[in-house]
Formats: sequence, C-alpha cells, structure tokens
Amino acid sequence: MDLTLHVWRQSGPKDKGQLETYPVKGISPDMSFLEMLDEVNEQLIKTGKLPIVFDHDCREGICGTCSQTINGKAHGGQDRTTVCQLHMRSFKDGDEIFIEPWRARAFPVIKDLIVDRTALDTIMQAGGYVSCHTGGIPDGNAHPIGKPVADYAMDAAECIGCGACVAGCPNSSAMLFTSAKVAQLAVLPQGKHEAKARVKNMTDALQTSGFGNCTNHLECEASCPKGISVKFIAKLNREYMKAVVS
Amino acid sequence: MILDGKTPTGPIEKTWDKHRFDMKLVNPSNKRKFKVLVVGTGLAGGAAAASLGELGYNVEAFCYQDSSRRAHSIAAQGGINAAKNYPNDGDSIYRLFYDTIKGGDFRAREADVWRLAQVSNSIIDQCVAQGVPFARDYAGYLDNRSFGGAQVSRTFYARGQTGQQLLLGAYSALSRQVKAGTVKLYERTEMVDLVVVDGVAKGITCRDMITGEIKSYWGDAVILATGGYVNVFYLSTNAMGCSVTAAWKAVQKGAYFANPCYTQIHPTCIPQTGDHQSKLTLMSESLRNDGRCWAPKKKEDCEKAPGDIPEEDRDYYLERKYPSFGNLAPRDIASRAAKEQCDDERGVGPGKRGVYLDYATAIERVGEHTIKERYGNLFEMYEKITDENAYKRPMRIYPAPHYAMGGLWVDYNLMSNVPGLFVLGEANFSVHGANRLGASALMQGLADGYFVIPYTIAGYLATVTPGVVTDEHPAFKESKEQVQAQTDKLLNIKGKKTVSEFHRELGKVMWEDVGMARSEASLKNALQRIPEIRDEFWKNVNVTGSGEELNQQLENAGRVADFLEFAEVFATDALHREESCGGHFRTEHQTDDGEAMRDDENFAYVAAWEFKGVGKAPELHKEPLKFENVKLAVRSYK
Repeated sequence: MDLTLHVWRQSGPKDKGQLETYPVKGISPDMSFLEMLDEVNEQLIKTGKLPIVFDHDCREGICGTCSQTINGKAHGGQDRTTVCQLHMRSFKDGDEIFIEPWRARAFPVIKDLIVDRTALDTIMQAGGYVSCHTGGIPDGNAHPIGKPVADYAMDAAECIGCGACVAGCPNSSAMLFTSAKVAQLAVLPQGKHEAKARVKNMTDALQTSGFGNCTNHLECEASCPKGISVKFIAKLNREYMKAVVS
Repeated sequence: MILDGKTPTGPIEKTWDKHRFDMKLVNPSNKRKFKVLVVGTGLAGGAAAASLGELGYNVEAFCYQDSSRRAHSIAAQGGINAAKNYPNDGDSIYRLFYDTIKGGDFRAREADVWRLAQVSNSIIDQCVAQGVPFARDYAGYLDNRSFGGAQVSRTFYARGQTGQQLLLGAYSALSRQVKAGTVKLYERTEMVDLVVVDGVAKGITCRDMITGEIKSYWGDAVILATGGYVNVFYLSTNAMGCSVTAAWKAVQKGAYFANPCYTQIHPTCIPQTGDHQSKLTLMSESLRNDGRCWAPKKKEDCEKAPGDIPEEDRDYYLERKYPSFGNLAPRDIASRAAKEQCDDERGVGPGKRGVYLDYATAIERVGEHTIKERYGNLFEMYEKITDENAYKRPMRIYPAPHYAMGGLWVDYNLMSNVPGLFVLGEANFSVHGANRLGASALMQGLADGYFVIPYTIAGYLATVTPGVVTDEHPAFKESKEQVQAQTDKLLNIKGKKTVSEFHRELGKVMWEDVGMARSEASLKNALQRIPEIRDEFWKNVNVTGSGEELNQQLENAGRVADFLEFAEVFATDALHREESCGGHFRTEHQTDDGEAMRDDENFAYVAAWEFKGVGKAPELHKEPLKFENVKLAVRSYK
C-alpha cells in the first residue's frame, strides 16, 4: 500500500520542531507500524537524509518504550495495542498518517518522536515499593492472599509505564499510572502497612513533576494499551482520603 | 591453560553454606567506601544494584533504556522455577538440581547449579514480599504449573507476564534505593568500554545516548548484567537494543568468552512473514501444556486450510517421537523436530516455515473458557500479529533464537578471569550448560542478583583498598580516546550500505550456517563469510548524523561492529565442538534416528575463548567438568 506520512521532526529540545511529509510506497499489510518506519528510515538514509528517531525496544508490547501519537491518538488508538503491536493492515492504501511524540509538559521532547519520561520514575521512587530488604522474609505462603485480591493486584500491576495515559489525557495527568501502583500495593498484605505514606508521597511527586490533575475524562483508560481500569483512580482517591483525614 | 572454577569441595549440599562461611566479609561501616558499578538493570542487574545498595555499598547503575524498568527480562512470559514442592508432587532441591544438570546436557558445573536450586525458594519469598502478584488458588496459596520439560509442577507465574512482574519487583527495590541515595542511576547510557588497570577491572566508559558525550566512571568492582547475544542472528526474540557489546568490550580487554555456541532456539515463536521483519515474537512455551504440535503428513496438504486436513493425515510428531514427554519435550528437541518437519517440505504458512500448535483437543476437554483463562493474553497477541483466531484455527509456530547459554566465563564467585569484573544472569555462562530449561532464566537472574553476588562480591572487595584507582588514572583517558576514535571512524566511512543491511547479512549467515543444525562445511562457510562482511562493513557502512547528538544509527553501528567480531568466535567454538549437545547440534554427530550424540570423553569441558585480535584465531582455554553427584547419561525424553 502507498501512504503519506506527516512526521514530527525536532532536532533537539530547543528546536521548535515541525511536521514533515514523506510519501511512502509499497508497504506490506503484514508489517508492524515500526517496521514501516524502519523502511522509511532506510529510504531516508539512502537519499542522504537523517532518519527519524523513535523509542522502541522489545517490539512485543511489554517494555513500554514505544511512544507515538498517531493521528492524534496515543499508540494509534487501537484497543489495547502498543505502537509496536499495531500492524499496517489497520490502515488503507492512500491513507495520510500523522505521527507525533507524546505531548505533555512533564515529557519534554528530546528529539523527533523521543520524549523524556523520567518523571514517571520519579513518582515510583517516591513510594512505589514495599520497603523490604533482600532476605529475612517469611515463606511465600505465610500470608495467603485470596484469589480475587491477587487478581485485582495483578490487574493493576499490568501497567507497562509507557505514559500513554498522560499523552491521552487533556490535562496530561499521570493519575492512572500512579493509581495502578498505589492500588496494587494497598490491597496486598505485604504492601498495606505503608499504604498511607505511599499514597501521599506518590501523589506529591505526581503534583511536583509537571503533570496535571484528574478531571474524569477517562481518556487514560481508553489510551492504555493494557486496559488498566480507571477504578484504580477511585481507589487512589479513597486511599488518599484515608491517609490525609485519619 | 586449564581454568579453575574455584568450586568448593565436599558434599554438594553443603558447598554453598560452607563457601558463604569461608568467604571474607566487608565491615558494615566500610561498605559505603566501596563503589560498585552495575551495568544493566534487568533481573540480575536490577536485583544486584538494589541488594548491594541496601547493604550500604555505593552503587552506580547503568542502562541503555530510558528507564531501569524496561530491560528485556520484562518480556519473559511463562514463569519462574523453585523447589518449594508446594504441590506435594515429589520436587526437592536435589530434583531441581538434577533436572537442570540433565536439561543442560551435562555441560554445567554441579556446584553452581546446586546453589541455584538451593536459593530458588528464597527468590519466591523475596518476590512475594515485594508485592509481586503471583497466581494464587482460591485458598490464597501460591499456584504452580508444570513447564517445558519438567515432570513436577514447580513453576510460579503471574499470568503470562511473569518476567514483567519480577522485573517490576526488582525495579521497585531499586527505586527505593535510588530514593535512599545508595544507588545512582544512569539511564540512556550505553557501556562502550571496560577500563582495566594492571589487569584489574576498575571502571567503564559510556556514551550518553542523548548528548553523545563519552564519559568514564570508576569503581572498585564492575558487574556486567547485560543479557545475551542472540541478536547476532539479526532476527530473534530479543529486544532491538540487546547486544553483545558490553560483554565483547570486556573480551577485548582480556575476559574469556565461554561456550558461545550454546544458543537456545525457542520452539514456540510466531513465524516470519517477510524480509521486512525486524524481530520475532515468542509465545510462552506454557502453550505446549495444552497445545498439540502437528504437521501435515502429506506434502500436498500444506496449502490446505488446517481444518480440511483429516485427523489421520496429521502427524503429531512430538507425541509420536517422544511418547512419554510428548508436546512437553525440552526446547532444543522440540525446535529441531519442527525444523525437521519443514525441511521435509511439510511446513505450513508463508515460506512453509511453520508447524501447527492445535488447541482443539484441549478446548474440547476443558472448554474455551479455561483455555482463555490460561493463555488469553497469548492468543490475543497471536491474533494481533497474524490476524488469526487461535481458538478457531491452530496457531502456526516456528523456532527462533531466544536465549544465550554461553557468556563470559566466571568462577563460582561469578567473577570473570579479569579480577574485579563480575558477570551475572544471561551474560555469564554458568548454570544452564548446553541447554536451558523453561522458567530457569528468571530464576538464575534473580538468584545471581539477590542471593549470590551480595556474598561473593564481599569476598573480593575485602581484599582490595577502596578508591585507590579513580577516573584520574591515565587508563580512563586512554579508554575515552579509544571510544572516540571508533566513533569518528564509523562516522567517516560514509559508505553506501546501511547498518541494518549489514546486520541482516550477518544474521542470515549465522542462521543458515550456525543456526539450529551445524556441520563442518556450514561452519567453515560461515568462518569465511563473517570476515568478508566485517571487512565490507568497515569500508562501506553509512552511519548518518554526528557523534554529539542522539544518534540511533551510531548506536547500532557500534553494536553490529561488535557482533561482527563476536560471530567469528561463536562459529569457531561451534566448529571445534565435535559433538552434539543441548542447543549445539552438529549434523555429523547424531544417532540413526536423528538424536544428538554427546562425546563426554573428549568434550566434557567448558570452552573459554581468549580474544587475540580481529582476524586472529582465538585461543581455547578449558575448564574440565566433573560430575560427582549426577551420573552422566544419555538425555532421553522418549
């Protein structure tokens, strides 16, 4: 199939950046979206131009590295799909495709489609853990965890930390990301002892890292390639209230 | 030279406990004076950095990814083994030890494997304490399943995302230490040289992948936890950034590379669709618990829809060849059997390089709902990539390079032959022998990081004075200049072929001549082709952009340059090993019915290769393997 790409090119953080247009021919529907970009890059190099840089690594939808806004939607808008899992068969011959980086104040553009997501790590460092040392811990079966609780924790833990929730949110909020970790650890017997400090510290980090607040647009869940539910945001709010009121 | 693995002597079940007592300790108040560099933040590196930080060492951790949560350990799906024996089905530390030695086709060190089996139980406890949401039963206890080649249920799992959950556990422990100030993280930072002073590892040189700055870091010890090298095949299940570079830089500085020819080709991957393919996707081999592998009996049926091929015309080849293990035969055996079907022109799908993995029987037995619960995410992934519904039509699978059992040579303390250089996880060669069993990689990464290195590194650090060599030593300047010179050289070639074209060309030679089955002729062909590709690379590669910016072409060029040197040692190892064992299958050494034939008399040793310069034959050093607790036997899964 033949396509017209409009790709965000920005040489560095200080450059203003602009969309550039590239006609592309002979794309196979079996290609992944990133393989299509590989092909475009090979052509750009052959014609003496600088290839488009974009973040990617595992190319199987789990590492959370790839981060592109395609036609205005984080990861291209296909249900529960990262960019690397998006295939060209979802497009038609003659399509125009707009490719941009994640757009959020907390994610400054480094170059072309690559953004800096360190702010997500900062939130995790503020409390996204159980404070246990290596060793000196009881048997794994010492504290039974009912299947529904374990399943709930796992639903939350599936977050891949890609930042699509932020890119999809009109407020650029990282509430879904933060809430997934807060909720996972709050319901587990191992994590609940620090639940109050955790939710406060992580929420503080969320607010000081340049993310906006949540006003219930629910775009985060719609953008999330793992389908993380907004019910975890409700859980975060409850945990937060418990922590600040009592 | 005969290498000494420094394994403790005495009864095997006491070796690790005795060794832990015999090793020196570092006084708690002295720990912060020691700086330890950890390269790689996957399961092994992340766990090591977190644990050493907790102990009070001054740790600096490096990763090429934009976050320490993204290393490729994250992609492991199936599970992690431990000898808990929760299901009461006869498991024990001894059995896990025995299975791992046998599964590795008797090419691993006994003491290392014993230790792995011994600490396996602590890993599960540790991960549970971190909040890793392992699968549980309705009573709330940890659930287990049987996994690739094991006759007991010892595999713990978190849906189909076990690697992700374990890595996020290690990442959370690491994040806690970053917050505590004991670990400093350097993301988007790629190690491009090892700094060795008077024969001792004292630091690394890195490229800042955003600014391009080449910078050195000193440490009293260097830990490499940089994963495996199967991207030398170009197409593999590894992440795009996985490379041999960190390990290879150590080899260039004197470290030995052990058993490079032991690579694992995973049986259940999604077949390639065309030349545009950039990577292969693995689906957990837990799929084989319920799926049945088959190929059409008749060549003329290959083009038919699978549903139109009657039962009697299907060859359930694993069940036929290995009646007791059937579809659960170990990976090397299952992979080779799939290749045999396709070589016999009975493959299916594009290019006829595929066999079926069929769920119809299982769905009939337990219902679609149960199959969905067990493998739902894998079926979804399969559908995304192939546009086919595996509940209705059998999956197509084909083997793909997946894991490197070979790696840098290390002794029992996980220290390489270069003092001060430790190697953990997939990057070392230690426990999997010639073939790795399913759900053992996660176990090894975390064993090395949480429960081995914290002890063994103390034994080394107690013998050195902290901070005597820092980055003011001339060796650091020299290292940076060397890296700069290579960068300039790559950028100034301005040839006609792209980096990917060279990588693909190398990969094709490696897959065809050094892949699942190797012969003297194919290996000699590879040894002729690799230097030719390398020579052309250095004359005709086109690396765009500059060194002082984010430049993915330059990053890849450096990695491919290292693969082009490493590949030759790989093929040399495969040629010298005149036997078939585990992931190394030499067509000259097989029984009449096509099974691998080991030669214990002549090859029961670790082959550790010393690099002598580009284009020169590497020198072989041997570490003989002694088996005192397990009787050498033919590995039969019939």
